[in-house]
Amino acid sequence: MAEKEKTKIMFVMRKAAHGSIYAYEGLEAILIMGAFEQEISVVFIDDGVFVLKKEQDTKPLGVKEFSKTFKTLEDYDITNIYADRESLEQRGLTADDLIIPVKVMEAGEIAKIMEVQHVLLPF
Amino acid sequence: MLHTINKSPFFSNNLESCLKFAKDGDPIMLYEDGVYAVLAGTKIEPAMKDALKKHPVYAIEADVKARGITKVLEGVYLCDYSCFVGLVEQHLVCPWF
Amino acid sequence: MKFGILIQDGPYNHEASDSAYNFIKAALERGHTIQGVFFYNDGVHNVNKLMDPPQDDRNISRRWSELGAKGIDIVVCIAAAKRRGINNDVLVPNVRISGLGQLLELSIESDRLITFGTG
Repeated sequence: MAEKEKTKIMFVMRKAAHGSIYAYEGLEAILIMGAFEQEISVVFIDDGVFVLKKEQDTKPLGVKEFSKTFKTLEDYDITNIYADRESLEQRGLTADDLIIPVKVMEAGEIAKIMEVQHVLLPF
Repeated sequence: MLHTINKSPFFSNNLESCLKFAKDGDPIMLYEDGVYAVLAGTKIEPAMKDALKKHPVYAIEADVKARGITKVLEGVYLCDYSCFVGLVEQHLVCPWF
Repeated sequence: MKFGILIQDGPYNHEASDSAYNFIKAALERGHTIQGVFFYNDGVHNVNKLMDPPQDDRNISRRWSELGAKGIDIVVCIAAAKRRGINNDVLVPNVRISGLGQLLELSIESDRLITFGTG
């Protein structure tokens, strides 16, 4: 029997962490939805790339540090993780500054991946 | 893909990012404060005129009217929510928040 | 077509709830089905029955309750609700609290999912 086709869902992360809750609750949604064996991918664009910045220390601020939790995405077989090259560059970052490995791509390439999704969820 | 924008281009880079990712021919729906992009005679008019050459641009007329926007860039389709739904029938939605 | 609606922001502060409501009304008028409405992030504040706006303003939580009464599945994310003090005691009728799995289900079952929020 043919396996039921998985639904392609992409999380589009465009907001930085801590200043608002979107990135954190977005991550919570990724982790829950990632447990249901659909085809989940994540793309970091604009300030979203800051979410993955290494060396975040939130102790002085007194809020939860969740960037490390992105490392668990691998355990959910979420390996399609992308970042927009220009967004990184404009913010003085490279892939080496990020806490997990991402596929750095041009906007046009990312748009092609977006187009084949069933749902795009902004966070 | 249908791109939706609800923030003023004078406040956020959502429109700019959308235009970077949108493929030629992709429709753009402006609603809420996103409709300020259709105001004629502003600093973003050149970018919008360029966008209008590549994309059908729609704006929710109720949002336009509520904001007292009377000078609308030529080529923008003022429409209602039924038209918005019609576009969603045809396209995957890419929201730029 | 079957439409799923995700709402990420609260009532009144932003126009998101109004836009979502206008979209849903137009979709129903065009003969579509609303597969479900899912409230996440500050969106969970939309269905608080303690809401009591001035008489000349719209009552946003009542509007959602009325859509629920029509048979539309209106779901509030439990994790987001708990964080913000929203529970069954303060929910308007015809709305239920459930998990993020419902957002996944809504994503799968809807032909299109559209998000309203502010960001």
